Amino acid sequence: MSEETTSSEDDITAIETPVYLTYNFTAGEATTRFLHQVRKGKVMGQRCPGCGNVYAPARGSCAACGLPTSEEVELGNKATVQSFTIVWIPIPNNPIQPPYIVANLVPDGANISFIHLMSECDNDSVHIGQRVEAVWKPEEEWDYAMDNIRYFRPLDEPDVPIEMIGKVPLSGWEGKA
Amino acid sequence: MSDLLRQQFVLGYTYTRSTGPVVGRFLTELRQRKIVGTRGDDGRVFVPPMEFDPVTASALDEFVEVSDRGEVVSWCWISEPRDSHPFDEPFAWALVLLDGADVPMVHAVAAPEAEMHTGMRVQARWSEEPRGYITDIACFEPEVTQGEG
Repeated sequence: MSEETTSSEDDITAIETPVYLTYNFTAGEATTRFLHQVRKGKVMGQRCPGCGNVYAPARGSCAACGLPTSEEVELGNKATVQSFTIVWIPIPNNPIQPPYIVANLVPDGANISFIHLMSECDNDSVHIGQRVEAVWKPEEEWDYAMDNIRYFRPLDEPDVPIEMIGKVPLSGWEGKA
Repeated sequence: MSDLLRQQFVLGYTYTRSTGPVVGRFLTELRQRKIVGTRGDDGRVFVPPMEFDPVTASALDEFVEVSDRGEVVSWCWISEPRDSHPFDEPFAWALVLLDGADVPMVHAVAAPEAEMHTGMRVQARWSEEPRGYITDIACFEPEVTQGEG
């Protein structure tokens, strides 16, 4: 504090007025099934019987066709960057320090992206179409949670061209599908 | 089908609210265990202070200190307090007209339900460590006058 502190600097000008909303979240059938598999270290998707798109994590129905998705499909540990953002603003109580990368990633064998973290990468060289792989926590720490995967890290594989993002099969990408 | 997974989680909005000069002054005075209001154009004293006169809309800047004692003009008994309430035990929300003020303010009254009545005299119980929040007044409780207790 400066020695020039005056009494007016001690006046109240702001108060903390937090609002806390306490939820009891029920996962639902599709997400429960997904989380039971994640607990075992597997990422599962569900295929739409209409359009054939594979969703992960599945919500139990296809948003485009409105059909129930019951066919389970195991997905790969590799994924493609569909889009990403560099987060510079710290989020209260979030242990991750900025700048860090949040990306929409399409796992091999799926057609729709999910959101996860990227790390072990140069933030400035992350790009759309980049190939990445999941880095899992040690098995003894696995829980019913997507953060069993700590983050995704870049792979030394050729980029997926934009028109192919979301169409890479489970067999992977080595420059061609 | 396995049992559905359920989990508690808390969504928090950690707001910091600017008080403005008038409410800021009110809270600054509370921290010193004083209660102030503002005087309106018609002479009425508003507690907590209002920034603008409710009739003429002119800016109000005359602060008036009022008593930390007053009278319950209306109340509502809370028999089952919730987590966000100031007490675990049943209490009353009340409109308290402080001596020297012309409009009542809402606060909690800690008293047995049988003692609660319109017109009852109450006094502020100050928090141990006032820090510039309305909760610096922990609550109001039945007034103890000299000679009593």
